[in-house]
Amino acid sequence: MKRASLRYLLPLAGFMVIVGFLLVGLGLNPRLIPSPLIDRPVPVFTLPMLEDTTREVSQASLEGEVSLVNVWASWCVSCRQEHPVLMQLAHEHGIPIHGINYKDRRSDALEYLRHGGNPFRWNGHDLDGRVGIDWGVYGTPETFVVDRQGRIRYKHTGPISPRQAREELLPVIERLRGETT
Amino acid sequence: MTAEIGQFALVLALLMALAQGVVPLIGVQRGWSSWVASAYTTVAGQFLFLFVAYVCLTYAFLTHDFSVAYVANHSNSNLPLMYRIAAVWGGHEGSLLLWALMLAGWSLAVSRFSGSLPQVMAGRTIAVMGLVSVGILSFTLFTSNPFEVLAVAPPDGRDLNPLLQDPGLILHPPALYMGYVGLAVPFAIAIAALLGGRLDAAWARWSRPWATAAWAWLFLGIALGSWWAYYTLGWGGWWFWDPVENASFMPWLAATALIHSLAATDKRGAFRTWTVLLAIVAFSLSLLGAFLVRSGVLTSVHAFATDPTRGTYILLLLSTVVGGSLALYAWRAPSVKGGAEFTAVSREGTLLANNVLLVVALAAVLLGTLYPLVMDALGLGKISVGPPYFDTVFVPLMLPLIFLTGLGPLMRWKRVAPGELTARLWHTLLAALVFAVLLPLLLQGSTTVMATLGLTMAFWLILAALRDIYAKVAHRQRRLAALRKLPASYWGMHVSHMGLAVLVIGITVLSVFESERDVRLGPGEQHELAGYTFVLESIEQRRGPNYDALEARVVVTRDGEPVTVLLPQRRTYWVQTMPMSNAAIHTTLRRDLFAALGEPLGGGAWSLRLYHNPLQVWLWIGSGMIILGGFIAVADRRYRLLSRRRERAADAASSDTTVPGRQEGVA
Repeated sequence: MKRASLRYLLPLAGFMVIVGFLLVGLGLNPRLIPSPLIDRPVPVFTLPMLEDTTREVSQASLEGEVSLVNVWASWCVSCRQEHPVLMQLAHEHGIPIHGINYKDRRSDALEYLRHGGNPFRWNGHDLDGRVGIDWGVYGTPETFVVDRQGRIRYKHTGPISPRQAREELLPVIERLRGETT
Repeated sequence: MTAEIGQFALVLALLMALAQGVVPLIGVQRGWSSWVASAYTTVAGQFLFLFVAYVCLTYAFLTHDFSVAYVANHSNSNLPLMYRIAAVWGGHEGSLLLWALMLAGWSLAVSRFSGSLPQVMAGRTIAVMGLVSVGILSFTLFTSNPFEVLAVAPPDGRDLNPLLQDPGLILHPPALYMGYVGLAVPFAIAIAALLGGRLDAAWARWSRPWATAAWAWLFLGIALGSWWAYYTLGWGGWWFWDPVENASFMPWLAATALIHSLAATDKRGAFRTWTVLLAIVAFSLSLLGAFLVRSGVLTSVHAFATDPTRGTYILLLLSTVVGGSLALYAWRAPSVKGGAEFTAVSREGTLLANNVLLVVALAAVLLGTLYPLVMDALGLGKISVGPPYFDTVFVPLMLPLIFLTGLGPLMRWKRVAPGELTARLWHTLLAALVFAVLLPLLLQGSTTVMATLGLTMAFWLILAALRDIYAKVAHRQRRLAALRKLPASYWGMHVSHMGLAVLVIGITVLSVFESERDVRLGPGEQHELAGYTFVLESIEQRRGPNYDALEARVVVTRDGEPVTVLLPQRRTYWVQTMPMSNAAIHTTLRRDLFAALGEPLGGGAWSLRLYHNPLQVWLWIGSGMIILGGFIAVADRRYRLLSRRRERAADAASSDTTVPGRQEGVA
């Protein structure tokens, strides 16, 4: 009888485990906690270029101007939603955007860019997601603002809405462009 | 002024819900009949005040009252009337208010149609729903008040998210919420049954129509969402395994298991504790869905404004409601006596196998949805789970499930001889295989192993259902009259099952034979896809009520014969300046032709995405049949006869068990 009643406690126990994870997850919430990489130099990386496999891109390619690094994938629905905003930032505001194409097939990624337009100067092809882990990528899309010295200064998680682009990203970029050192 | 009235009504609704949740429970405990009966009044009060609050918010939208923060954030003076009404649930706060209103509506319905239930049981059920209302309403009032007023009203609003300015979206959330919230009814009944220690067949019978109605609404919401994603996102897909889609799909899977398990409990008294657990799990998953969507723990297309206090509050609500009910379950369920006996090959056996498959599928989706979160919490790295995982895990589970769906209705309760079964059914399965091979050959001229497997199961399901219906009337003199005599719940079951078959045929053919092309077309240029010729004739400027658009004119012909003209648009909404693709679709029973306008590529050329989707519309027809079947089953006379019989018995007894003044409410 005792053993039989313990069986009925299983759902409760399972649920408590899930709640535990949700509680931790709430604390880990990428939108609320700034990335530990903020104000640190961009993690060291070398990736084959998506558009041209014979070439490579690395953290050195990000120095010299204020730019955005966008982590995306063709299978990511939110990225598709965000895509027009990136197009606008690149073409109307002239913001340099570099992409990290995350866990994606090259052919899928290239087709995605062919259809939706290409806002990126170049894309690093992070097929196994290693570089994404170094950057602390939680889920696509994520967008980093990198300053002239190649330091990460701001991080946005999730799709950028037109309003967020206007009210968050553009002011940050303006401020960083104004910095002298 | 309307905002203040709405706010006040919301507070009163919370107080009513509190009374509805507490007073009847005390009444049951102490045996005070009038306290129990108060539930019928307070539930009506709660609904009335919520209705007033809802009307106030709608009025604020209609009159462009931008002093209300919620209106200023989700409307604009150019927003068309239809979308101003729909904008009430276009954001987090307003959709919560709709949730609460629907919950009160379901509670009111329960109180009006509870004639068949003993007063104690009905009182407890309504009280449990009242307590859930208290949770939702205090969440609304304390963290997400839709009536917050701005000190300085802005001259104009920030407009509704353009993605949401679409007829599909007017219907999608309310249907989905009806389902989510409707699952609170079987949940409350299960809790009431556990509290009273009465888990008998009557409890299951009373639960069935409510569970089925909620299940049908939920599927309607899911199907509308899928349809909406198909034609507005402009990427041709109809299901993305997005966390928010999963959040609605998981309770639906649980509800599907629940309505089948309820059938076994109702008819045979089998699986009682299991059924109660499913009722709790289904509603818990609704709440979990709300948490996932609104806490920002997972990123998704449906980006609601997120806020740490909201996440914490929903988690608290979730733990209290679900933790409390599961604790009650652990305490009470062991004392429930086992159900009737049955052998593995029987109707019960099939239903049990069906339940196991559904629950495993549910666990797989839950795992895939929460896995990134769990890995992150354990410090094992950050990953994301995409469609390949879900497709790989889900499809193999669905094939045996569909086979069992066909088999179940042919089985008798308790025991069937396996030899008899195979002798009766092998030719049906063979016929299904023949159909499955022929259909794609006739339609597309080729086939694959996966297509054959999926289609065989679908045709098996259809043929088995037809066989069963035929067997029911074959020995009758007047067959048509006999058909009419079959109960509604029987028809509902077969309509839903055949809907599933149609859906599976659509999905299988679509996934194997769909073709898509990204093409670069200049004006006058053409591209051929699946025998159709697409010609880009021109690109023109168009102007909508609150957007500008570029519209492509794509003329489609086949063998020189005109087929249709597709007019896909790219819209830029004035306020949020968000470019939106508006795809154009031409539908026939055999196929959808789909064109979405992409980016300009220079030199007058445009990027266009073209699709040929065979049998796409079968997905929507199948879904429609599944929903229709649910509502047909709810209308079964059996449930109403039961209430009338009970009512007469109650009238005859007419002692302390009946409460004066509420009989007239029972139709």
